Amino acid sequence: MTGVELGMTAQVVLAAAAVAAAVLVPPRLRNVVAGTFAAAVGASGVVTGAAALTDHSGSLELSTALPLTGVALDPTPLGGFVMLVAGAVGAVAAVFAIGYAHGPAASRTSWVALPAFLVSMQLVPAAADAVSFLLMWELMALASTVLVLTEHRDREEVRSAALWYAAMTHLSFGLLLLGFTVLAAEGGGTGFDAMSAVDPKSLQASIAFVLLIAGFATKAGAVPFHVWLPRAHPAAPSHVSAVMSAAMVKMGVYGALLVAFRLLPDGPAWWGFVVVALGAVSATYGILQASVTSDLKRLLAYSTTENIGLMFLALGTAMLLRSHDVSAPADAALVACLLLLTSHAAFKTALFLGAGAVLHATGERDLDRMGGLAARMPVTHVAFALGALGAAALPLSVGFVAEWTLLQSLIHGARPDDRLVAAMMPISVAVVALTAGLALLTFVKAYGIAFLARPRSSGAAGAREATPGMRAAMLVAAVAVIGLGLVPGPLADLAGRAAGVADPGSGAAVDLPGIAGGVLDPVAVTVVAALLAAPVGVVTLAAARRRRRRRVDLAWGCGGARISPRMQYTATSYAEPLARVFDDAVRPERDVVVTHYSESRYLVERVQFRQRLDEVVETRLYQPVLRAGDRVGAAARRLQNGSIHRYLGYSFVALVAVLVVVAL
Amino acid sequence: MSAGAAVVTVGQAAVLVALSPLLVGVMRQVRARLEGRAGAGVLQPWRDLRKLLGKEPLTADGVSWISVAGPLVLVASSLLLCALTPVLGTATLDRVPNDLFVVVAALLIGTVALALVGLDAGTAFGGMGSSRHMTIAALVEPTVLVSVYALSIPVGSSVLSQIVEARLDHPATIWSPVSLLALLGLAIAIVAETARLPIDNPSTHLEVTMVHEAMVLESSGRDLAWLELGSWLRLGALLGLLATLLAPWGVATEVTALGLAVAVGALALKLALIGSLLATVEVFLAKVRLFRVPELLAGSFVLAFLAVTASYLVAS
Repeated sequence: MTGVELGMTAQVVLAAAAVAAAVLVPPRLRNVVAGTFAAAVGASGVVTGAAALTDHSGSLELSTALPLTGVALDPTPLGGFVMLVAGAVGAVAAVFAIGYAHGPAASRTSWVALPAFLVSMQLVPAAADAVSFLLMWELMALASTVLVLTEHRDREEVRSAALWYAAMTHLSFGLLLLGFTVLAAEGGGTGFDAMSAVDPKSLQASIAFVLLIAGFATKAGAVPFHVWLPRAHPAAPSHVSAVMSAAMVKMGVYGALLVAFRLLPDGPAWWGFVVVALGAVSATYGILQASVTSDLKRLLAYSTTENIGLMFLALGTAMLLRSHDVSAPADAALVACLLLLTSHAAFKTALFLGAGAVLHATGERDLDRMGGLAARMPVTHVAFALGALGAAALPLSVGFVAEWTLLQSLIHGARPDDRLVAAMMPISVAVVALTAGLALLTFVKAYGIAFLARPRSSGAAGAREATPGMRAAMLVAAVAVIGLGLVPGPLADLAGRAAGVADPGSGAAVDLPGIAGGVLDPVAVTVVAALLAAPVGVVTLAAARRRRRRRVDLAWGCGGARISPRMQYTATSYAEPLARVFDDAVRPERDVVVTHYSESRYLVERVQFRQRLDEVVETRLYQPVLRAGDRVGAAARRLQNGSIHRYLGYSFVALVAVLVVVAL
Repeated sequence: MSAGAAVVTVGQAAVLVALSPLLVGVMRQVRARLEGRAGAGVLQPWRDLRKLLGKEPLTADGVSWISVAGPLVLVASSLLLCALTPVLGTATLDRVPNDLFVVVAALLIGTVALALVGLDAGTAFGGMGSSRHMTIAALVEPTVLVSVYALSIPVGSSVLSQIVEARLDHPATIWSPVSLLALLGLAIAIVAETARLPIDNPSTHLEVTMVHEAMVLESSGRDLAWLELGSWLRLGALLGLLATLLAPWGVATEVTALGLAVAVGALALKLALIGSLLATVEVFLAKVRLFRVPELLAGSFVLAFLAVTASYLVAS
């Protein structure tokens, strides 16, 4: 039995043990025991993924698990890479959940669903045929729906969120089922190897490609299929949001990689354009919505859409450049896609867990009511700050490495001979740049408003630091953001191996082969910066010895700083200039009610400001479709009004119709 | 090679530290003279720095470590920016090529540090400045990267030193439409990044119109000194970069004592020229409304984009 086989068996066994623990252990110990087993499921995913990545050998056939075909698991290096990332996220989130889960999230159902969710998610990238893939996919969807529903008794919006999530995730399942069916019919088998025999230039291949990409984009939360993300993430408990956002949506990206590079490689050039366009629209739209949102978890959900968009952009660029035989930048784009996937997993885990700790401590999700948490929750603050550094793609974080690799592949991928590619590359660079700029604003806002300045509500003022287990989980994720950002070489090598390209790492640094100047050594840059800044430190210390810092009790504020924290900027006001610049895309609906004193209409008693952000995609696309569905449904009810005469009439007409058909 | 590269890298930072306050002094002096005032002299920024470093810094209760660390981060990132801008020589350290994306990232670190300092004290003006600053920074980003892209196409690399070397070897490319469009786009972006007119008024005393000044209102003593020095270094490095791209002559391709001395002289001359020019133009400009800034930036983006497409047309 090889390591991979052992690891996959261990995952299933540990998941079963976790489920048993959740059912059998009394509530007092349930969090600890079930949480430990769930973390072990994640850890075994990491080990299995690493084993599959380093030496690709070992498969598992569970012939009795399903009638007719059985379940076949055989992770490729790419699958191993994704399994590793998903397992790491799952393990960290499970450890966090031990301290975090309370109320309905600590219930038996919830603890049964979590390991089931983790193991099915980790086995999706191991599937070797379409049936096993869909089985794991559906298990993952069901378990996560149960987890989203956790707090359905306490909060009404959870029910509607779960409904949206269930509908969208089954739309995804349906599309995948259709797509795989087309490929299986054409390739003569449900195994991925049989399917890859289909001629990618055929019409059937294109139909399957569109169906599969749409299905995977739905799961990944790309625009216009993203509507479930900003609903499900605020509704789910934070550790579940972390796993869903940092790991589960990546299965959509993995699926797209599977289709584009294993099942249907070398497809027509327009496939690449479709994927690039999907990615560019998702990235821009996602980050724009995130930048104007004040609900912290909603903001993080939109930022997921943005990052998924960047991954699709990288993937589409790789497809496009492969089809034009520009191999070095295409390889770099593929590596960039996997780096983006990993970096997003790391920083989104830190951010969602941080948001969970804040929610736990303050009871607030609304940034407008936070503030001053840096002093009250120092560890959460550090973890969130490092996560935000990664999300803003600033240097020292792995987010920067990923975005840098993507930009390098874009600027070296220019091919003037094909006008369409030539136009696509600068547009992609501009999209990446705009998303980077807006992400900067979004995360300065999220971090600055929540953790700096003075508390804006009593909940924020009375916040307490999270428990040690939660702190440890957040710090692990945050350290991953910085560690992988400082020493990205090994990660780049792993990504290169998973993508099957020449090794893009050299030692600690990223060194993209075939790209001039494609070297990024964050440690060296940091050392240079530290050496340059050393004199500044010396001068500061000397000055500090001569003149000590003095504390004053009130900020100056141009002579007008009031004690009231309501004078501060809030998240809404922080994003107001941007909302005004992108007025057409964001469409904020504002109500300003000014009440005057009854004695004089020149004096204002109070001003009430209310802002609502309706999503354009939802109001323009989903609501009309849903209304049409309702109308069809209402019309269909007229067929069935309960009258026995009418039903007898239907039977008669049906009988006559059958007779007529038979007679013809 | 490596020792020479180290000299160039450190030298660029050191020379820009020396010259940037003088550049600000020159710009203020030119403006003062054109407005009929005597002016404080070109050494005034240096005197201000000395004064501020000797004063005691005040911090309000409840502010976090950002108010102390932010200014240091800004100045460190500005020093890195200066070291990576090939204003003196094109030699680079092997592991730290002055890749434009890394240069831009160093710039952004400073931008974020400044924005967080603005938010930290929890005053209305600080938040306002920070919000405006980040909005402008977000909108400038596409112009910067697309003009970088346009400049990198003829060279096939985004490493600044290679771009400058290529310009030294083929001076004709500087005056090509591609290069001019890209530089014009970049110039507008630099004006926005360094908070100069018409985006922001560096000498305003009206809080409501402030962007940069509103963020540093709560800082004092050495904190303020570092914030000022950091911002001046950004101005010096970015104007130096623009000047070097426009007129690369004087930049040393080989590291020799004479070559570096000439490079320092040439840089001082170029900075004085471009600074005086900018200050002269600023006398005739008023600050535009904040909500007109996006139009200006969209214009600069179009220029940069045109530069990229034009480079394809020229190439094919």
